[in-house]
Amino acid sequence: MTDSPKTQSASEHGGLAHVMPLPVLLAVFALLMGLTVATVSATWIDLGPWNLGIALGIATVKAALVALYFMHLRYDHPFNALIFLTGLLFLALFLSLTLLDTLEYQPAIRSWLENR
Amino acid sequence: MIDPANGSPEPQHAGSRTAHLAHHFHTPKQQFDAGKLGMWIFLMTEILLFGGLFCAYAVYRANHPEIFFYAEQFLDKWLGAINTGVLITSSLTMAWAVRCAQLSQTRGLVTCLALTLACACGFLGIKYVEYEHKWRDGLLWASKYAPHRVRDSGFSVQDSGFPQERGTQAAEPRTLNPEPSSQKNAGIFFSIYFMMTGLHAIHVLAGMGAITWILVLAAKGRFSSRYFGPVDYVGLYWHLVDMIWIFLFPLLYLIH
Repeated sequence: MTDSPKTQSASEHGGLAHVMPLPVLLAVFALLMGLTVATVSATWIDLGPWNLGIALGIATVKAALVALYFMHLRYDHPFNALIFLTGLLFLALFLSLTLLDTLEYQPAIRSWLENR
Repeated sequence: MIDPANGSPEPQHAGSRTAHLAHHFHTPKQQFDAGKLGMWIFLMTEILLFGGLFCAYAVYRANHPEIFFYAEQFLDKWLGAINTGVLITSSLTMAWAVRCAQLSQTRGLVTCLALTLACACGFLGIKYVEYEHKWRDGLLWASKYAPHRVRDSGFSVQDSGFPQERGTQAAEPRTLNPEPSSQKNAGIFFSIYFMMTGLHAIHVLAGMGAITWILVLAAKGRFSSRYFGPVDYVGLYWHLVDMIWIFLFPLLYLIH
């Protein structure tokens, strides 16, 4: 616990937690807004099957920015990040195993749609 | 620690410095970290709670993409985008509030929390406009789905003075043509829409309650660089609510 009120950006302040510098907060905010504009603009271009991937990719980058900077995860105790990632891991297992089953039926659905 | 009075041989339990320290913790740092750990575990359960709805979305969209492509046109992309901006702004002010609390800037803390609350009100206000619009048009969940203003082509809902989707887009034929079956079954999309945005809105309401609580305490001058845990925890919750909306927005409003 060092007393260094001047160096708030990298070191601890008051010994409890990392203080996020204002320029970082504002830069993250600007990036999030820019990515929102990007994801809306992306709907004017049709990339077929990539549309969903691009939208989700942009959303993931935005969520990562929120987690790393607004939620301090980058400077936090790594155990908190581990908990967060564990949650995401189980979410991924849940979604992927369910979708694996759902996608099994896609050929049948597609042929039914085409043969009508 | 910036505590000149800290010459005591037992710094763990000495005077004003530990005024906020609950008896079952050794140090303020331990108390803070324990609270944060608990908050992150709670946030993990929240992710899994919403995970069930995201899973329902994924399964229905995989099986019936045509319903999603058809029904998306009834959502106003611009209102969704504005709400995304409002929520991101509220996240900024919340993160700023945490920073103010950490630096013992009480006035800044109160201002930031008030701005966060204002943004939350704005978000719910816009959400209300959207819900009211859908209610009027009968665009409700599957059991109540009765789109009385949708005529044969299904594009007539947009004519009531709202910032609209661009007319050209609405008139374009879709890759998956609107079939009678997608019109009939669009209620499934709206079930998912109302569940996801509704649960999210409930979380916004809960967050507003928590922020109000923090705001009252902040106005009483309870928080300082030595004790700001609750501000940080409420902030984490608020950012998670923002994060979930970041995924809901493209998944519901930007299907194309």
